Amino acid sequence: MRRDLLTAFRRRSDLANPLSFYLIVCSLFPIGVGPDPAQLALLAPGILWVVALLACMLSSNSLFRYDYDDGSLEQMLLSPVTLYLQVLAKTLAHWLTTGLPLTLLSPLLAFLLHLPSQAIVALLISMAIGTLVLSFIGAIGAALTVGLKSAGLLLSLIVLPLYIPVLIFAVSTVQSAVEEVSYGAPLAILGAFLALAATLSPLAIAASVRISVDG
Amino acid sequence: MTPQLQAIDLSCRRDERCLFEHLNLVIEPAQIYQIEGPNGSGKTTLLRVLCGLSTQYSGHLLWCGEPMVAVKAHYLSQLLYIGHSTGVKIALTPRENLQWYLGINGIKTACLNQTIEQALHRVGLYGYEDTPCYTLSAGQQRRVGLARLFLNEAKLWVLDEPFTAIDKHGVAELETWLADFADQGGSVVLTTHHTLSIERPIHRIVLGG
Repeated sequence: MRRDLLTAFRRRSDLANPLSFYLIVCSLFPIGVGPDPAQLALLAPGILWVVALLACMLSSNSLFRYDYDDGSLEQMLLSPVTLYLQVLAKTLAHWLTTGLPLTLLSPLLAFLLHLPSQAIVALLISMAIGTLVLSFIGAIGAALTVGLKSAGLLLSLIVLPLYIPVLIFAVSTVQSAVEEVSYGAPLAILGAFLALAATLSPLAIAASVRISVDG
Repeated sequence: MTPQLQAIDLSCRRDERCLFEHLNLVIEPAQIYQIEGPNGSGKTTLLRVLCGLSTQYSGHLLWCGEPMVAVKAHYLSQLLYIGHSTGVKIALTPRENLQWYLGINGIKTACLNQTIEQALHRVGLYGYEDTPCYTLSAGQQRRVGLARLFLNEAKLWVLDEPFTAIDKHGVAELETWLADFADQGGSVVLTTHHTLSIERPIHRIVLGG
């Protein structure tokens, strides 16, 4: 995991890509929709989350790509340490370099989109939990498609349906906070997604990695 | 002595093409095995099957007399595989690469840095420990991969074209390492087109034709 973080930091442009994507697309909305604060505030939770989701999806493509190309993935498979822990570490490293920065950037963009200030905390929590779930799901797709030449479209077809429940509950968390009602319920469901993804998806990721290297 | 690795009636097909059929192999300790054959004859595939990376085969693999699946963890801890792609991250330095390698193999030594420096010294990368690998030449990157030979307690080395991009002097060095390893009771399985000049019997396994 230490190595993954190091590699990520050495490849600064890759690190900056999802962030700049998030920043650019979100700041285009006020221009496209018009600068009316009321209208923007209405759309803000949806915009912030949909764009974050796309940024996560785009970045997950490269999760195993480089390791596959330079043979590190074979070495990981041949190590006596269980693959479960290794892919878990890789996925967490991926989240630390994409999901976490996205989460930290989101209050700034929320301000830009006139999201009411009472929803900022809910946005932060839902982003932190939600993007971690997205990382786990994205890793399954990335592991399945890593052996293919051009996996972009296939990857989105695999992971998008799985992303949608996360999107629904994350947006409803933020929406509840905007309407000043309790956002505990959707957030709890998001947390349940995370528990499920963190425990089960490494199994799926590990199996997919095996299949991809085998092929 | 029980053979370390045994393959019984091994067959492998790729896209309707038969790579090898009814292959029986015995890899014994303190021996060197060279797999030969023209390009595309299945040398790499055979190595990947032996390592357990590929499951597209029929037949049986035994490790120390036990079926491979049952003793996989023990087998992996005794195996060192260096493939076509060496698993060296070019964004990292040789030192970081080896630290990662030790990490994923769960090897913990008291003097980690010293061990790594010694290994790098032996492959002739002394002074390059903290240079990012992308500034090194192809041969030097290959040597970073080979440094793993000295970090591991493995009993079986499986090397796929280990001489690629290595200079004449390095080839001679690598041959001595292989011979020394076999002297200590290890077994080596390698593919190469180069004629080994090692003063010990080399078992040839010829594929294709």
